[in-house]
Amino acid sequence: MTRVREDFREIIRLVAPGSRVLDVGCGEGELLEMLTREKHIDGQGLEISSQGVSACLARGLAVVQGDGDRDLDHFPSGAFDYAILSRTLQQMRDPRRVLSELLRIADKAVVSVPNFGHWRVRWALLARGRMPETSALPDPWWATANIHRCTLHDFMALCDDLDIRIEACAALSEGQAARHINPKHALENWRAETALFLLSRG
Amino acid sequence: MPKSLPALPEIETRGGIWRFPADKPLRLDAGAEFAPLEMAYQTYGVLNDARSNAVLVCHALTGDQHLASTHPVTGKPGWWNRVVGPGLPLDPDRYFIICANVMGGCMGSSGPASINPDTGEVYGLSFPMITIGDMVRAQAMLIEALGIETLFAVVGASMGGMQVLQWAADFPERIFSAVCIGAAPRHSAQNIAFHEVGRQAIMADPDWRGGAYVKAGVRPEKGLAVARMAAHITYLSETALQRKFGRELQSDGLSWGFNADFQVESYLRHQGASFVDRFDANSYLYITRALDYFDLASEHEGILAKAFQRARDVRFCVLSFSSDWLYATSESRDIVRALNAAGCRASFAEIQTDKGHDAIFLDEPALDSALRGFLASAAEKRGLK
Repeated sequence: MTRVREDFREIIRLVAPGSRVLDVGCGEGELLEMLTREKHIDGQGLEISSQGVSACLARGLAVVQGDGDRDLDHFPSGAFDYAILSRTLQQMRDPRRVLSELLRIADKAVVSVPNFGHWRVRWALLARGRMPETSALPDPWWATANIHRCTLHDFMALCDDLDIRIEACAALSEGQAARHINPKHALENWRAETALFLLSRG
Repeated sequence: MPKSLPALPEIETRGGIWRFPADKPLRLDAGAEFAPLEMAYQTYGVLNDARSNAVLVCHALTGDQHLASTHPVTGKPGWWNRVVGPGLPLDPDRYFIICANVMGGCMGSSGPASINPDTGEVYGLSFPMITIGDMVRAQAMLIEALGIETLFAVVGASMGGMQVLQWAADFPERIFSAVCIGAAPRHSAQNIAFHEVGRQAIMADPDWRGGAYVKAGVRPEKGLAVARMAAHITYLSETALQRKFGRELQSDGLSWGFNADFQVESYLRHQGASFVDRFDANSYLYITRALDYFDLASEHEGILAKAFQRARDVRFCVLSFSSDWLYATSESRDIVRALNAAGCRASFAEIQTDKGHDAIFLDEPALDSALRGFLASAAEKRGLK
């Protein structure tokens, strides 16, 4: 049996049964399949890679080959109950627009982002003067897909700016159970490796 | 010793020509009514007791109802043998598969080569102008006549894909799922331009005789062959042409004349010559015109999404080919965008291939697996065994 990713476990917990869910960057559809099985959701995926799309179709999932940066505007407002964007926001060309788009097409958004304020990241910069490579940010600067990095507090400031309400937040670390946190707490901006937010329109 | 492949089991096939009585005319988009309508069709597999496993396959411009059975004129295997058969995505052990020759065609359905019972002569250009909408309405009449209320799926590629979209717009309550492959929601200026070249080639042939060639006992074979040659280029990608032929010559050295020196010339001439044996020139004019007239959004205030407004319960799968420049991926994206905007449930994949539009008919495992996955999950939702 393969281990379920901790963020998936937390997302499955957050999503209400029987809801309509859009998974942006759904990969090969593992999360959508689990949500379908465990929460009987009506799922839709958006995925850029051909390989991911083929895998989703073979699993019998509804999936559209497309780009989260470009193709979210095709979905009508309020089409979904939840829009999920897992560890991808920092790879978007226009994260601010994507975030507001998610909450246009869905009532709630589940978004996870690696925290650039994590102590290991700060330490790499401070002590070694090098761009950090951690388990949440594994690639060197010249190969990383993460073009818009932020700290937990940066993310909250953006939500504030967009009038987005943070309904819940959990800190995720490799191999550990999700920890529910108050993201406003200064210490969490050091401690959380990845943060997962449940968002709604303010 | 080379191992021989096991013979494919014979698929049970039935079919024939459905003759609608004169008092059941087909209402045409051009305004008139057409009667008596005849629809030639083939079926594969068995309709289940619940009548819930019927799949209609819509053929492309020059296709016909011989989807997975030997073509009576050419003796060649069915045009989608690769997809339809036991163990294949469209399995006749599971589905009741129907394929009908389009209205306007020349393989038994009413078309310009049919006999007008009022005059006892071939219709020729007195056949009414038809549209994709007319073709679909004629199919819907046949499906109803066969006793099928709701199709499990309507599947089509190229012009067949346009019919699938038309089905979704006009009869959404009569389809459970829809698969549209390598198609477009409208004919572009480039599409129309290529068709016009083909039509002009036919009409420039002195044997076309203003469309009355049957009466004169001749056939505009040269014109029709040129039309096919021009169209065939649009079905292939540049890469595929280059890979297949390059600048290879037919024999050693150039002829210093206008013979088919290059292999690509010989190939196109062969495509043209073999096409005229099985296709009617006037049918080619009528069907290409129907395609040119196709613009689904125009029937819905110019907004494509409105065409799909009633199709929210239909499961859609839209597939395109990366090297198809006849109906490019961007066209399929327009369809998907409209489906999303209409709140329809849609899947979309661009299949990576260098084979161009022709990939529909060629060995393309990614197409098969996409079709298989989509149909299998829809069948499960439909409660099919």
